[in-house]
This record gives sequence, structure tokens and C-alpha cells, in this order.
Amino acid sequence: MAGGLDLDHRLTPTGRPRPKGGRAVPFQALFWRLPWLRSVILLLPPMAWFVLIYLASLVLLMVTAFWTIDPFTSQIVQAWNLDNFRVILTNDTYHLIIGRTVGLAALVTITDAILAFPFAYYMAKVASRRTQTILFAAVLLPLWASYLARVYAWILILNHNGLLNWSLQSIGLPPANIGYTNTAMWVVFSYIWLPFMIIPTYAALERVPDSLLEAAADLGARRWRAIKDVVLPLAMPGVVAGSIFTFSLTLGDYITPILVGGAGSSFIGNVVYSNLGIVNNVPFAAALGTVPIVIMAIYLLGARRLGAFEAL
Amino acid sequence: MSSAVFGPAAWLRRGCLAAAALLAVTACGSTAAPTGSTRAQPPTAGMTPQSTIGAGEGQLNLVLWDGYADKSWVDPFTAATGCKVSQKPAGSSDEMVALMKDGGAGQYDMVSASGDADLRLIYSGDVKPMNTSLIPDWSNFQTYFQAPGFNTINGIHYGISLQWGPNTLLYNTKKFANKPTSWSVLYDPANKGLITVPDNAIQIADAALYLSKTTPSLKITDPYELTQTQFDAAVKLLKDQRPLIKKYWTLPTDEISLFQNGDVQVGAAWPYQTIQLKLAGAPVDETIPPTEGATGWADTWMLATKAPHPNCAYLWTKWVSTPNVQAKQALSFGETPVNTKACGEMEALSPGSCAQYHADAPGSYFDTIKFWKTPIATCDDGSNNCIPYLQWQAAWTSITA
Repeated sequence: MAGGLDLDHRLTPTGRPRPKGGRAVPFQALFWRLPWLRSVILLLPPMAWFVLIYLASLVLLMVTAFWTIDPFTSQIVQAWNLDNFRVILTNDTYHLIIGRTVGLAALVTITDAILAFPFAYYMAKVASRRTQTILFAAVLLPLWASYLARVYAWILILNHNGLLNWSLQSIGLPPANIGYTNTAMWVVFSYIWLPFMIIPTYAALERVPDSLLEAAADLGARRWRAIKDVVLPLAMPGVVAGSIFTFSLTLGDYITPILVGGAGSSFIGNVVYSNLGIVNNVPFAAALGTVPIVIMAIYLLGARRLGAFEAL
Repeated sequence: MSSAVFGPAAWLRRGCLAAAALLAVTACGSTAAPTGSTRAQPPTAGMTPQSTIGAGEGQLNLVLWDGYADKSWVDPFTAATGCKVSQKPAGSSDEMVALMKDGGAGQYDMVSASGDADLRLIYSGDVKPMNTSLIPDWSNFQTYFQAPGFNTINGIHYGISLQWGPNTLLYNTKKFANKPTSWSVLYDPANKGLITVPDNAIQIADAALYLSKTTPSLKITDPYELTQTQFDAAVKLLKDQRPLIKKYWTLPTDEISLFQNGDVQVGAAWPYQTIQLKLAGAPVDETIPPTEGATGWADTWMLATKAPHPNCAYLWTKWVSTPNVQAKQALSFGETPVNTKACGEMEALSPGSCAQYHADAPGSYFDTIKFWKTPIATCDDGSNNCIPYLQWQAAWTSITA
């Protein structure tokens, strides 16, 4: 390798680099001659980390899913089979749990999209510079507080003697007992992940040139028509990008179901957790863990078609 | 109670323990015999325990539940014995067993193992027999805890019992003017939407315990050893219970707020919740044990086979068995001491706590508590007809789904 030899020439006989002050700095010359080397050196540590730590652990997880556990000794038996997947595909319990997880993730995503769009539009197109900054802070501020603190705050609002029922009763309405139900999970998830929808939507809307809106107005489009036919299509990739966050974050959560869910609120994550942490059934947990991976893979393929990755 | 040491973290781990206690691959045995249980001889049975406690080695390495070696009783111990205590808290019974591999590998001296992990540790030869005559307070222990089946085998003691706790029936006194005396209130459709039980597959044993009294035709003798028919009956009972449940609780603090906020009126609990709720002025009381009996858990200090500091280990066990330390730990952790003399100390630290925690319970009390052990495929009669814990967990998922 020419570059390598070149480097060697610059070394003193003891193998140490020469003191500075020579012709060119050795490495810079090397990078200049071999432009790809810079990329390799820059990318090597993160790539090595990614492949060794991240991908390797995922592969191990996948492999384990095809093993099983001996009911007598609770030891993992490395016999290849599809039993875990068969159970997941045929057992109603897991259909119910997967259905609930995906359904709620979708519902939260739609809710957040509906809530976030007008907010982001106002931030990007209507608000003054100053208001914009304030709104930005308002969106990001909750992210500074602990996730748990925010979920517990919702418990205080939604429980039987909580703020919600107190308010309803003080204006003469019957109490809404939504504490510890799937409705409560929907409300809390929608609240918690809303900033992750607002920010990409805002970024996409900000990129829509005002001149397009003016042009639409010049051509006789009213405000709503302009939003529907001009703004919305251009902002869609941002909304889809945001939906990746809200959907995947809800899909993978298992803390909110424990805290605000009622009886019958288990998510995929809860079942994975109880199989891993309690019975040590790693193979089954791994098999169930592949379900969200598959769902997200499908989701991301769809999102790519809608141009979400350009908006990120 | 001196609740300063108390934190959700401690309870998180107890929640874990509740679940993890069922993990082990253990043999089953009778529980109340004075010589412990009768079963195959463990590998270290032949090792003769030391007959005297020599000078401390200056160091003691413990694998333990977080909070089991609190400063308030470790510092005086170190001052008195010169044994410096280093702690390795474990998150689950599994982790404890893993840490104690190869007899503690010459690194760890003792482990504060729970009922289930005990038999795994004993049968893998990781812990060795202990000499109870070196622990003066041992004779003051509740008779049951001098030689419980989960740490004493064929009359050989593989550890010294520490603390335990029962599962109780907690209820709102406004809703229940008459004290409920049976677990049946948890299965009664009249209480729909007002019930909470732990989110833990161990509940199947609670259901089985209830069925053992209410449906004698099932012939359930041990709620941890269920045949398919018995198991199915217990699971069906819990599936019928499911629509009545407001929430399956994970942390004791969750249950406390459920009761405080009026979301539930009755549930399965630990003495800790009752005490905390009463302190907060909530109108609650507990039934312990209900007519059908109750389940419970218990921890033991065990000595590593390759313990590098055995004298400090014995000095430590001696120390934590004394009434004062037993009382302090009980109050800081919300559990019950095994030393009957700890009662007075508990009263001194927190009046009324002895009775609250049932530290003064008579021997007959322990006959009504079925202490946790791991459900395994091999039943007591040697047949392989029992349902192992793996299936318990799967069934629990389908119940709570």
C-alpha cells in the first residue's frame, strides 16, 4: 500500500514520528492522497460499535428465539425449532396483546398528528418570532422532566378522587372513571409523545415557502384550500416522520401500561419483561421481541414511500 | 415506623423478589417439620461447620437485597468486630444464584437468599452447613424459622433465617362494615371494579389455596404443586376474577395510592401497605390470615462454600440475629423478624409495630402460611405431573391479558 509506505518513510529509525517543522504534516498528506481513508477512520469506531454491540446483540436475540427452554431444569435448550413463533401466531392471548399494542400505537399516532398539526402550523406560519420561541420552549420543557414524574402526574389527574373527577363533579357532571383503563393509557401516551410529533411537523411546515401560499392566494385559493392542497402535501413527510417516533415509542413502551393501565392493559413489552425478568424464558421473550421489529420494519418501509426520511 | 430508609427502590426489588422467588429449580418438601425437609442429601452435607468463631478477618463480602445491610446496623458491627462490610446488592434471586456460583468463588462470604433460591444454592453446593450453636439468638427464633424446609434439609442447617412476610387481605372499613374473613371477597362479583391483586403469577397459588378449601374435590394439598386439573381450575377461577379487577398492582406504593384515592376497596396486600395506609389515616384494615390461610415469603443468610472470611460471616449472622438489629431491619424494610425477642425492640422503636407486623405470632400462625417455593414439574410424590413455573407465567399472561 503506497500510503503505508509513505508513512514509513517519515518515521525515524526508532519508529517515532519526526518532530514537526518538516515539509507537510504526514497524516494530512496521506488523507489528501487517499480521500477514502478519512471516511474510513472517521466511521470505523462508530461502525465497529454499531456492528459489534448493537447488531450482534440483535442477532443473538433473533437466534435465541429459535431455541427453547427445558421445563424441568429451566435451562435453555439449543434445539432449533419454531415453537415460540407457533405459540405467538396461534395463541389468542398474544393476538390480543399484539393487537392492543399496535392499535393503541396507531391511535396515539393519529391523535398526536391531529393535535400537532394546527399547533405546528401556528408556530411555523402565524406566530411572531418571539411567540415562536416561547412555544418552542413550551413544547420542549416537559421533556426536561422525568418520564415517570409526568406519568404519575396523570395518575393524580385521572384517578377516582383525582382532578378530573373533582372538576366534573364540581360542575355537576357524573364522574368519568377512566383511571386505570385503556382510555387512560391513550390519553397519557398522546400527551407524552406529542412533542415528538410537533417538532418534525414544525420543521416540515417551516420549509414550505410563504411564496407558495401567496401564489395560491393569488390564484384564488382560500386559506383552507391552500392548506389542503399546498401545505398539507408538503408537510406530510414531516407528519409521517413524527409518526415514526410516536408509533415506535408507544409500541415499545411497558411502563405506562404498568402505571396507568388497568386490568387487561398488557403490552408486548410487558409480556417480554415478565418472560425475561421472572421466568427467565429468554427464547420466548426473544421471539415476542421480534414482533415489534417486524412491525416497525413494515412501518418504516411505508414511511419511506411517503418521503418521511427526507423530512427527518 | 422509621420509614426514612424506605424507598420505592426497596419495594421494586421486593416486587421482583415476589416474582423471582418462584424461579428456582427446586425440589419440593414439607415445610413445618422441626428438622426441615427430608430429601436427597446436598453435595456439601458432609462438610462439618466450624465449632467456634475465631478472630474476624477484617473483611466481609455480602451478596444481598438492597437495604439488608443498612448503615445504622453495619457501622456498629464494623466498630465492634473490625469486619469491614462490602455489599453486592442483587436484583433478583437469579442474580444471587449467579453471583454465588462456584461457592462464591472465594470472593463472596454470604448471601441473603429467598425461599426458592435457597434450594438451588444448596443443591449446587454453593453454600455449606452452618453451626446454629454459634448464633446465640437462634434459640429465640420462632420455632418454624429455626428449621424451615427451604433452608434445612435432613436436619442440616444451610443458613440462618432472617425475616419474612405474609400476604394479607386488605379492605376499606367503610365499604366493609363487617370484617371479611375469607378470600372469597376477591372473587365476589358484588365487588366488581373495586378489587386489586398483585401482578404476579404467584396469584395462581393464592387461587389454588382458596380452592383447596372451597372445592375439596380437587384434592389440592400444596398450592405450589398443582396437577393439570387443579391448575386449570385455579386459572379458571382467576380468569373469572379478571373482570372484577380494577388493577393488578406492581409496587406496594401503587396499591397504597389505589386505596387512598378510592379506586379500590379490597385487595391482596402485605402488612406494609396496611401500616402505611393507617398512618395516612385511610379507613383500612387487614385480615390475616383469612379462613383459607395465606401465602408468604422468607429470607435466609447463607454461608458460601468458599467463604474467605468465615469468622466475620458468623459474627455478622450473630449480629443480624440480635433482637435490636432484627427490629431495625424489620421496620426499615417492612418485614417481620424471626427473633421473637425482637418484639420489645420494635415496640421501643415504633409502638404497636410488633403486633402490626405479627412479630408476636404464635407457632400455630405459621401452619396457616404457605411459604413460597418454586413450582416444578416433579411433584412431592415423585411423579412428573405437576405444572412447572414456566407454564404458570404463561397462564398468568393469558389471565391478565
